[in-house]
Amino acid sequence: MTDKRMFLKLGSLTAVALAAGLVGCGKKEEPAKPAATAAAPAAASAPAKPAPLKIAFAYVGPVGDGGWTFAHDNGRKAVEKEFGDKVVTSFVEKVPESADAERVFRDLAGQGNKLIFGTTFGYMEPMLKVAGDNAGIKFEHATGYKTAPNMRTYDSRTYEGAYMAGVIAGKMTKSNTLGVVGSIPIPEVIRNINSFTLGAQSVNPKIKTKVVWVNEWFNPPKETEAATALINGGADVLMQNTDSSAVLQTAEKMGKRAFGWDSDMTAYGPKAHLGSAIINWAPYYIKATKDALDGKWETGQSWWGVKEGAIDMVSMAADIPEDTKKKVDEIKAGLKAGTFHPWTGPIVGQDGKEVLAKDAKADDKFLGGIKFYVKGVEGKVPGDGK
Amino acid sequence: MEAFALLVAATLNAGTVLAIAGLGLLINERAGIVNLGAEGMMLVAAIAGFATAVHTGNDWLAFAAGMGAGALLAAAFGGLVIWLNTNQYASGLALSLFGAGFSAFAGITYTQQKLGERAKFEIPGLADIPFIGPALFKHHPIVYLTVLGAIALAWFLYRSRGGLVLRAIGESPESAHALGYPVRRIRLAAVMAGGALCGLAGAYISVIYTPLWVEGMIAGKGWIALALTTFATWRPARVLLGAYLFGGVTMLQFHLQGEGVHIPSQWLSMLPYLATIVVLVLISRNATWIRVNMPASLGKPFFPGS
Repeated sequence: MTDKRMFLKLGSLTAVALAAGLVGCGKKEEPAKPAATAAAPAAASAPAKPAPLKIAFAYVGPVGDGGWTFAHDNGRKAVEKEFGDKVVTSFVEKVPESADAERVFRDLAGQGNKLIFGTTFGYMEPMLKVAGDNAGIKFEHATGYKTAPNMRTYDSRTYEGAYMAGVIAGKMTKSNTLGVVGSIPIPEVIRNINSFTLGAQSVNPKIKTKVVWVNEWFNPPKETEAATALINGGADVLMQNTDSSAVLQTAEKMGKRAFGWDSDMTAYGPKAHLGSAIINWAPYYIKATKDALDGKWETGQSWWGVKEGAIDMVSMAADIPEDTKKKVDEIKAGLKAGTFHPWTGPIVGQDGKEVLAKDAKADDKFLGGIKFYVKGVEGKVPGDGK
Repeated sequence: MEAFALLVAATLNAGTVLAIAGLGLLINERAGIVNLGAEGMMLVAAIAGFATAVHTGNDWLAFAAGMGAGALLAAAFGGLVIWLNTNQYASGLALSLFGAGFSAFAGITYTQQKLGERAKFEIPGLADIPFIGPALFKHHPIVYLTVLGAIALAWFLYRSRGGLVLRAIGESPESAHALGYPVRRIRLAAVMAGGALCGLAGAYISVIYTPLWVEGMIAGKGWIALALTTFATWRPARVLLGAYLFGGVTMLQFHLQGEGVHIPSQWLSMLPYLATIVVLVLISRNATWIRVNMPASLGKPFFPGS
């Protein structure tokens, strides 16, 4: 037996050696097409084709979280589908936002990946460090703000989805009280709470928004408790900026309405679900891969929204009035055409002072630094200290 | 007033999970075994219960599956610490870590699944009483069974022969052994009972409280239940009250936030844990309190031959 195996091994050694160049090595690697198995075809085809581009993704959560990381992994799959055997993708999941991240990025660099995506804010510093030591590798960092000659950032305008959700919520609420379960009080999340409120006020000026912070991205029981508190406080339409579907399910259980976030969550609460504000990472991942394949990759910052197909409001509930659905479609069209901006003045802060003058449109710098609530949001921004 | 009734209702709900697990851990600690694996057992039970609920659509079968899973893990733990006399703390921690990893692995295909519509419960007649109805009489049967369970456990421990034997083993396994009681087997039974109740709590979370499965979803409730037994100085009634107190503090912080009360939410998130520390400090000021109530052999190995 051993001799026979040895013989087979020796016989196909050439094939293995050649295939290794094609497939490389690494965990959870998913070649788009099975590698050549016989010696002859591999030998024949290997020189004809350039080696596929090796792309790696580092995720903060499990791919099965049904929200944030799930959406990123769908983007990775879209890259494979788009480029076939020109690329080989792999991913590492549950990479903590700590010193471990640097080790993972060094591993991925060492494995021959030429394009590496890191999909959470906390990877910024580790990635910057590893990028400095690997000039030949391109790094892409989601939701950060630091760049390098071989590291650029990308993000999605989730506030556009929040605004559209607000329009629907403003129409569907009976108590004129909305509730948001917030994760961590950073500008992105505060911006989404405000956008949700502004959207609702655009159709219903009486809107008040209550906010409960859980100080975590992902803790379903806590999200459930926070949602319960909001509903008990009179909110009848909820939104969340957390990573699980717990808020939607709590609304379903208590006979209220809510939205899906990051991914389409209809299935988690069919009766409560009003629509899902989703992020589609595929267009950006395909563009980035194309840039790298064509040798046109250069550093920069991308912030994509409805216009680029990165944000959408999907699976709107059947009982939403037609004119509201139409309004959402108009907003989408306006965002696509660049004629509509959710943050157009006059916008007034909680204290009644105008933060954005009439007809002024907020630029990205303004949007990136929002640390206040607009009028209509109750409570104080945590850590505001005043 | 209505808001207050709803707060009471939410408190009872949040406290029930802690109470079930805490009562379970109380049983094995009364027999002298500390099982730090509560979190792991609850996680495995949560996925076992959730998977059963998905496939059978029956919540009660799901609870049974959760209890079975918890008891099974507890039995493995019991075998290690009771017969092989491995260190209880290390083994318990190992069980916790194992449970977290194993439940994540077993649950991979269940993260996208959902359960059928959750049934609503209310006690006919009583549920319509203003204020009291919504606060007390619209809960899942498990909420009431937990209260009955605490009473039954108190009766068992202090009024029955079995309870006396259990406590005797916890105080002095050597004496119980000399009297001819099968110390190891009774301890195993106590550990399994504790595991089963932790399992019930885990399944209740994934099937009723937050009806979904995601890894790590118990999110520290097992550790709070462990703290509860000390907090309650190993008394069932106090475990129950402590559980509602913890649940109440958790729910209160969210309700205060919802009402726009200007306390930094980070402080509010700390409240349940601060409460634990304060109570632990208070009870440890009176050393006899702990010494009188704590099972004397807690956490110590027992060698029947010696």
